[in-house]
Amino acid sequence: MNHDVFMAGFGGQGVLLIGNLLAYATILEGNNASYFPAYGVEKRGGAANCTVVMSDGAVGSPVVGEPEAALLMNPAAMEQFYPRVRKGGMALLNSSLIEDDGSSRSDLTLVRIPANEMALEIGDSRLVNMVMLGGYVEYSRVVARDALKEALKEVLPERNHRFLPMNHNALEAGAAFVREALA
Amino acid sequence: MTKRLFVKGNEAVAMGALEAGCRYYFGYPITPQSDIPEYISREMPALGGEFIQAESEIASINMLLGASACGARAMTSSSSPGISLKQEGISYMAGSECPGLIVNISRSGPGLGGIDASQADYFQATKGGGHGGYHIIVLAPASVQEMYDLTMHAFDLSDRYRVPAMILADAVIGQMKEALDPHPYKAPADLPPKDWALTGSGTREVNKVVKSLYLGVGELEQHNLKLHRKYAQMQEQEVRCEGYELEDAQLVVTAYGSTARIAHTAVRIARREGYKVGLLRPITLFPFPKQAYRDHTANGQKVLCVELNTGQMVDDVRLAVPQAEVDFYGRAPGAGSLPTPEEIFAQIRLHCEVH
Amino acid sequence: MKTEEMKQVFARPQALNPVQTHFCPGCQHGVIHRLVAQAMDAFDIQGQTIGVASVGCSVFLYGYFGIDVIEAPHGRAPAVATGAKRVHPRRPVFTYQGDGDLAAIGTSEILHTANRGEPITVIFVNNTTYGMTGGQMAPTTLPSQKTSTSPYGRDESKDGYPIKMTEILAGLEGTAYAARVAVDTPQRVIQAGKAIKKAFQTQVEDNRFAFVEVLSTCPTNWGMNPLEANARVAEEMIPYFPLGVFKDVSA
Ligand SMILES: Cc1ncc(C[n+]2csc(CCOP(=O)(O)OP(=O)(O)O)c2C)c(N)n1
Ligand code: SF4
Repeated sequence: MNHDVFMAGFGGQGVLLIGNLLAYATILEGNNASYFPAYGVEKRGGAANCTVVMSDGAVGSPVVGEPEAALLMNPAAMEQFYPRVRKGGMALLNSSLIEDDGSSRSDLTLVRIPANEMALEIGDSRLVNMVMLGGYVEYSRVVARDALKEALKEVLPERNHRFLPMNHNALEAGAAFVREALA
Repeated sequence: MTKRLFVKGNEAVAMGALEAGCRYYFGYPITPQSDIPEYISREMPALGGEFIQAESEIASINMLLGASACGARAMTSSSSPGISLKQEGISYMAGSECPGLIVNISRSGPGLGGIDASQADYFQATKGGGHGGYHIIVLAPASVQEMYDLTMHAFDLSDRYRVPAMILADAVIGQMKEALDPHPYKAPADLPPKDWALTGSGTREVNKVVKSLYLGVGELEQHNLKLHRKYAQMQEQEVRCEGYELEDAQLVVTAYGSTARIAHTAVRIARREGYKVGLLRPITLFPFPKQAYRDHTANGQKVLCVELNTGQMVDDVRLAVPQAEVDFYGRAPGAGSLPTPEEIFAQIRLHCEVH
Repeated sequence: MKTEEMKQVFARPQALNPVQTHFCPGCQHGVIHRLVAQAMDAFDIQGQTIGVASVGCSVFLYGYFGIDVIEAPHGRAPAVATGAKRVHPRRPVFTYQGDGDLAAIGTSEILHTANRGEPITVIFVNNTTYGMTGGQMAPTTLPSQKTSTSPYGRDESKDGYPIKMTEILAGLEGTAYAARVAVDTPQRVIQAGKAIKKAFQTQVEDNRFAFVEVLSTCPTNWGMNPLEANARVAEEMIPYFPLGVFKDVSA
């Protein structure tokens, strides 16, 4: 098993959180993962992105030029990173914010997911990231959603555990959406 | 088995140091290594050790010299501009045969440069860095696990040889998170006692002195020769490197630290496409694994040295295997100049044919 | 209102470039930049002044002032300014330094530059933390203040006491003017403007060393919103760092 995914959006969309979560869940399942965030000055500029590489062997490079999959959460991320997604790979676009329909490419699997609307429907606009992550995991099957839920429980401080069900719903909703889109 | 943790490389350095019994930390804030002092300032009080944020890197390296001269396991950490400031102190430590750990999570330069990953401090680290013709031990971790393991190992080597040791990494290895197995530290049984360390001379006949000044005729020369005998001994006994897919390789890609990780994936891609290529990764940069290069180029193999700088380690490779064809691929460090595996694969294709 | 009655009461100082700054919301570096620019305008020296930027959030000085700028190594701005002043003795030279830069790594340079009576102006921005590197303890961090490297609060028994640079420098023979100001209220902004102007005057007219410490905010690393951060200046900083003119040989 060798997978990699690139995630990008603006600060506050929880991009780094889901990157962390995915890598941690992979490790909980006994595989290896690296999580590499953009940091420092870039962080202040308001953009946030990270790369997660997962493997059942040695992880190898924590950075990837042409990611196998990309979760693009806002127009700036779309513009900058969509052209870099590997041929035959997958792009999950947050269509709530990205108007571009992605038609400039036909050599990859494209799913446009209205993550903001879905998050609001579930009950909190901040769940956008979880919707996206649920969608990615459904596509890649790189970890079980239960491992993600386990990881989330460990990452979230106890006092926030009351938010777990909502987060689970968001993961499930994202997964269901992608399942249908790819059916 | 202890549970695998998921931590940053910088945190792994801090954890490894505390696990190895380091109870004295002296530092000064600088990106991208501040996670180290931040972690240690949090954890050290409960361990009863000392954390001092000094007024500068110059002060912190000299605090390290003082603590180390008194026999303590002690460390400092910084990033390139701060390491430059420490060079005077490092030279004094080398001259005074003071052990101690210096961590350099290096960033791009020269001058203020930027905060992006860089391997441009290779010369400074491996060729002495300060004045006076000395060397320090230089270890180059390539994973979060190695940040932990090699930090412990650096303390052991440094104590064994009474030579300062450096962990040389960069923002990629320092800022990325991976699994860490935080296994307990076991001190090597044969570490020599620190009978040279200062305790206050009251109860002894002879006072102890930690110094680098030797004015008697021939004295300093003898001292230097002694230091160089230790370097030669380390060259015999302490070299570490790792090979990947080298057995039938016709092209040997070589890189350390972050670029070795990137090159690893490039080699994997190339193998999938049928290229006979492997990776040789030095773990000790000083002492340098000269013999491994000789072994792996004995049958006319070519070498491609990849670095995140404009060519430094490649000089040592060429010195190790003067008969071999050694090429170089590098990127000048700075924002956006981290090479990708695809990019290194493209270089492999220029140097190797499919069989 | 008829146009002839309209009078411009507020404008961008000449010496300040018409660009947006990178400072965080509520950061007072911007206000202080403005006051420095106004002082340069007041003496009409924009075309002659050499600024020396320090390493910290104010490192991008060269983008904001329409003047020549040297970027100094961390803490060394007063030494770099000394070199510049000796080459251009008739040019106004100033440094703009944070508290980590001036009061930690750069203590030696500032002390000896003041002691030589080097005819330069020093603007010292005290926000009780290292802003650019992410909020570590500074020499000016207040007792019990929590930072990323003093997670249990500054402990004076181990970390020492917040350094009062203005008082220290006022004690040196070489210093002609030393004042501490704040910019948390309109009135104090006006006072700060006067002090900074006086500090340039001391250099330009009397050819002597002048120092102004400005208490400032760092909402980002204090974990406060801009209003809370502004309030902290009067509530916590001024009681420890009293405002006033500590030395003025012309008075
Ligand atoms: C030799 C050296 N050590 C450390 C640093 C890292 N560094 C960059 S800015 C800074 C200090 C910032 O704090 P301050 O001077 O208080 O200014 P502020 O950002 O708060 O305005 C430090 C330590 C450096 N650039 N060079
Ligand atoms: S980090 Fe602090 S000092 Fe720096 S710009 Fe932001 S608020 Fe100002």
